Amino acid sequence: MRRTCLDIVFELAKKDERIVFAGSDLGHGVLEDFKREIPERFFMEGISEANVVGMAAGMSLEGKIVYVNTIATFLTRRCFEQVVLDLCLHNVNVRLIGNGGGLVYAPLGPTHLATEDIAILRAIPNMTILSPADADEMTRLMPETVEHQGPIYIRLAKGYDPVVTDPSTPFKIGRAYPMREGKDALVITCGICLGPALEVADRLKKEGIGVSVLHMPTVKPIDVEAVVENASRVKAVVTMEEHTITGGLGSAVAEIMAEACFDRPIRFKRIGIPDIFPDEYGTQNSLMERFSITGENLEFVVKGLLQNAKG
Amino acid sequence: MPEVNISGAATSLDERSKDLRRSVVRMLKGGGRGHLGASLSLIEILRVLYDDILNFNPKKPQWAERDRCILSKGHGCLALYALLADKGFFDDSELDRFCRKGGILGGHPEFSKVPGVEASTGSLGHGLSLGLGFALAARMDKRSSKVFVIQGDGESNEGSVWEAAMCASKHRLSNLVVMVDYNKNQSYGSTSQVQDLEPFADKWQSFGWAVKEIDGHDVGELKKNLESVPFNFEKPSAIICHTIKGKGVSYAEGNLEWHHKSNITDEQIESMYAEIEAAI
Repeated sequence: MRRTCLDIVFELAKKDERIVFAGSDLGHGVLEDFKREIPERFFMEGISEANVVGMAAGMSLEGKIVYVNTIATFLTRRCFEQVVLDLCLHNVNVRLIGNGGGLVYAPLGPTHLATEDIAILRAIPNMTILSPADADEMTRLMPETVEHQGPIYIRLAKGYDPVVTDPSTPFKIGRAYPMREGKDALVITCGICLGPALEVADRLKKEGIGVSVLHMPTVKPIDVEAVVENASRVKAVVTMEEHTITGGLGSAVAEIMAEACFDRPIRFKRIGIPDIFPDEYGTQNSLMERFSITGENLEFVVKGLLQNAKG
Repeated sequence: MPEVNISGAATSLDERSKDLRRSVVRMLKGGGRGHLGASLSLIEILRVLYDDILNFNPKKPQWAERDRCILSKGHGCLALYALLADKGFFDDSELDRFCRKGGILGGHPEFSKVPGVEASTGSLGHGLSLGLGFALAARMDKRSSKVFVIQGDGESNEGSVWEAAMCASKHRLSNLVVMVDYNKNQSYGSTSQVQDLEPFADKWQSFGWAVKEIDGHDVGELKKNLESVPFNFEKPSAIICHTIKGKGVSYAEGNLEWHHKSNITDEQIESMYAEIEAAI
């Protein structure tokens, strides 16, 4: 997904002179074609995220569209004030591309795990947050980021995730994508959680349980109408995200549902990282299992909520 | 570095400098509050920039070829507003509505509200990176615009300043100029006590900047030096302006009580006008 994303930045930059790339201290050889062919618009500025984001804001105030890339934690935690003030207050066209959203860097420990990036960015006015599910969706998403007005955070998942999105559906920022239709439960996901959600929906269908799946690659601004409409038709709603349950997609959906004033109760549960720092190493998958961000748990939760709903 | 002994204390104020200070007091009266000391140390720096150096058009604040001036120490905005009103970027009646509901002039300058303000500042340590971005964009667009960033001495405690300083010299941004208002005081105490910046000029020089130190209240010196930037065509320029915090109001000079003042009384306003009148 990362490779796809950066390759598209280069392709877009070849066609649009406003596009600039800035990184901090990325891996050797990243975007070397860009650097060779358009050196005047390629910046690798060292481990100084506050400066890189401020510099990008300055360029953008002058009409540039700046794609900034580094590890997601450094792009969100380290320079949070630059993101708030330089990017969002000025509402500039800077695109933050965060490597390793969620638990991707599991072997590296909590310093490198972007587990609350969506939560902290969601609190900032003018920020748009994109969390696509696979590289194909990234391909459809990236061209849409060029003309969008205001800052965008693009959350990258691990590379080579299975492709689960529909290639025939054009990508539109702010839009939710219904992926499965079912009348009993609704599962809402962002990022790579779409894959297991689809598997669960297909599996439960065979058991006679209808599960809708709503994919939310735009976590902010969230598609309120789609959430309310899809939730209103089911007995239970479950969100699943590779992110803390505090302030992310699950919280956003909970806020919408709480204010929707449905005329009947709808069971609700968030699946995600609990309110602790990740306490194990291993792989992304092993940490996902540690926090029960799995299809197996999703199925268990959906069935449990539906069981309670009957009672 | 050459040895310098520049205090700014002996530098006299002419009518133009006094007028601009009267505008500052007018805003203090309007808002009942403000960063007086940090604004009065800045007056001559901004005066010379706007009177003699910057290319701009108040009727077209976004004119692409203009020079950019970012007040990174946004709390010194009273001085900036005085100049921008004077140049006609907005009606000077706004000065009476400083910090008031419905006014455009807040306690820190906002890009989206005030014509002529190039960037919203207030939180310290942001302006130099923004200015660096402006300067790089000017280079990409082959514009001759210069970028001036006005920075505080206390602000120079921020690490982001030095990230930007390294970056600017790497890019040999001779179209970028930082002017440090070195009034030797920050909020809690003197800069030497809170976080000593010395050897300050050496720091900038070692970061790859061409550096000069001048009396930041000496209009002639400011003009002469600003007309000669870049000091080196391969380097960004830093001008350390030795100033007096509160310059022109004797009891505010170097007085930490006047870094920021709220609940300012009519008597205090009258007293400040009298002080400015009597200043030599």
